[in-house]
Amino acid sequence: MCGIIGLLVKRPDLRSQLGDWMVPILIGMTERGPDSAGLAAFTDRSKGDSLKYSLYADDPDFDWKRLETSFKKHLGSKIKLGVQDNHALLVTHLEPEEVRTWLHEHFPGVHVLSVGKVMEVYKDIGTPAEIAEKYDFQDLEGSHVVAHTRMATESAVTPDRAHPFTAGRDFCLVHNGTVSNPNSIRRMLEPRGIHFDTDNDTEAVCRFLEWRMREGDSLEKALQHGFAELDGFYTLLMGTKDKLALVRDAFACKPAVVAETDDYVAIASEFHALAHLPNVNKARIFEPQPEQIYVWNA
Amino acid sequence: MERIDLAKTSLRELNQFLHHEVRKKKIKHVEVINPDGAHSIAAGVDAPVKIDIRGHTGYYCAGMNKQAEITVHGNAGPGVAENMMSGLVHVKGFASVSAGASGHGGTLIIDGDASLRCGISMKGIDIVVGGNVGNFSAFMAQAGTLVVCGDAGDHLGDSLYEAVIYVRGKVKSFGADAREEPMTKADEKKLAELLDKAGLKYKPKEFKRIASAKSLYNWNADANQEY
Repeated sequence: MCGIIGLLVKRPDLRSQLGDWMVPILIGMTERGPDSAGLAAFTDRSKGDSLKYSLYADDPDFDWKRLETSFKKHLGSKIKLGVQDNHALLVTHLEPEEVRTWLHEHFPGVHVLSVGKVMEVYKDIGTPAEIAEKYDFQDLEGSHVVAHTRMATESAVTPDRAHPFTAGRDFCLVHNGTVSNPNSIRRMLEPRGIHFDTDNDTEAVCRFLEWRMREGDSLEKALQHGFAELDGFYTLLMGTKDKLALVRDAFACKPAVVAETDDYVAIASEFHALAHLPNVNKARIFEPQPEQIYVWNA
Repeated sequence: MERIDLAKTSLRELNQFLHHEVRKKKIKHVEVINPDGAHSIAAGVDAPVKIDIRGHTGYYCAGMNKQAEITVHGNAGPGVAENMMSGLVHVKGFASVSAGASGHGGTLIIDGDASLRCGISMKGIDIVVGGNVGNFSAFMAQAGTLVVCGDAGDHLGDSLYEAVIYVRGKVKSFGADAREEPMTKADEKKLAELLDKAGLKYKPKEFKRIASAKSLYNWNADANQEY
C-alpha cells in the first residue's frame, strides 16, 4: 500500500499556497504510507542555462560547505547551494554527466535525486509529518507538486527507494502498486546505456517512460507504451515542468480521487485526505477511469 | 433524531453507538455530519434505524448492514454495502469499486456511476445503479439482481451463476458464460419493482436481460481451458 498526492494550482497568485495546501494531504496519507515520504515540487525556473540538482547526503552531519569549496576548486565553477538538513539544492550551469562523475569521485556519499530547470526533490525515511517538518514542506511555493507516502512491499526502506523517482530532466513519478516485470524492463533498458540507482520496481517504470519520451514519444504516447509493457498494478502520478499526469492500470485496484475547482486540481489515494481543502465541497470530484490518461497543464 | 458530528466524535464511538445504544434505546433516526471520507462508517449495524450521512464516505461504508436504511448524501468509497444482509443503502453520488460485493440481501441504490467490480460475488442482494458500471461487474455473481440504467464496461457477468443482470444501455463486452436472454413477464415485474424502489422512471421494456449460459457449471475436459 502507498499514498499518492498531487496538487496543481491554476492561478499564479495562489502559488504561495502550494505547501500549505499539500502538507495536510500528505499527512492524511500516513496510514497508507508510514515508512517514507517525499515530493517533487515545481518551483522557480533556474536562471539562463543553469540547472537545479537536488542532492542527498547519507551522512546526516555532512559538511556541505566543504562540497561547495571543493566544487569551485575542481570544476572552476561557482555554485549556489541551498542546504536543507541532509538535502541540498545545487544550481550550476554544468551538465549532469560532469556533475555526477565529479560527485561520484569526490563525494560518493552524496546522491543526485533530480536534475531540472524547475523541479526540486526531497525524500527520506520516516513518517510524512516528520519529513514535512524536517524539510519545511509547508513553505513550498510553485505551480505543482507530486508527493508520495510509502509502505514498502517490494524493496528495502531506504531514502533512495522512497518516491518520487526521477529520470532525465524535470520528470518525476510516484507509484501506488506493484509492477511484476521490473527486471525485464531493466534488462531491456540497461544495454541502451540507461543506469539504475536502485532495485525498486517504480524506478523501472520511471526510467521506461522517460526513455520513451527521449525516443520522441509525447507523455501520452509514452503512457500508451506503458500500458502494453508494464505488468502489474499501478496508479501512477507524474510531473513534468508544465504538466501533472495521472493513470491507473486496467484493473484499477489502486485508488485515486481527483477534486478539481477553478483554483486547483488535487489528487489523493483517498478522499479523506482532500476533505479539508478550501471549497472542496464545490469541487468536481471523480475517480480516474482505468487506462485513461489524465493530464493537467500548469 | 440523534446527530453525530464526526469532526468531534471518533469513528469508533459512532459505530459503538450505532451497534449498542441504537438497539438499546430503540433510536429511529441518526444523522452523521462531517464524514469527510472516513472509512467503515455505519459498518455492522443491526437495527431498524434510518441513518443519513451528510457527505462523502471512505472504504466499506454500511458494510454487513442488517435492517438499517442508510443514505450517503455524497459519494461512497470502495466496498460500500459489502456483504450486506438486509435493509437499504442509498448512495446519492457515485460509488467506487466493489459496491455491494458479496451482498447476501437487501437493496443497494446508487444514483450515479458505480466503478469496477460492482456486485462482485453477490449472493442475493439487489443493486440498482442509475449510471454506468465499470469492468468486471457482477463477476461470479451467485444470486440477486444487478440493474444498470446506463452502460456496462468490459467482461460483464464473467462466470455468472444464478444472479440476473438488466442493462438499459450498451454492454462493452460480456464475460465468459454471460449471455443476453429474452425478457419474461417475471423479469419485467421484478425490474419494475426495483426501479420504483429506486425512484427511477425508466420502463422495464428498455432493458435487456443478461444471465448465465451455465456452460461452466460442469467441467468440460474437451474445452481445453478455452473459455
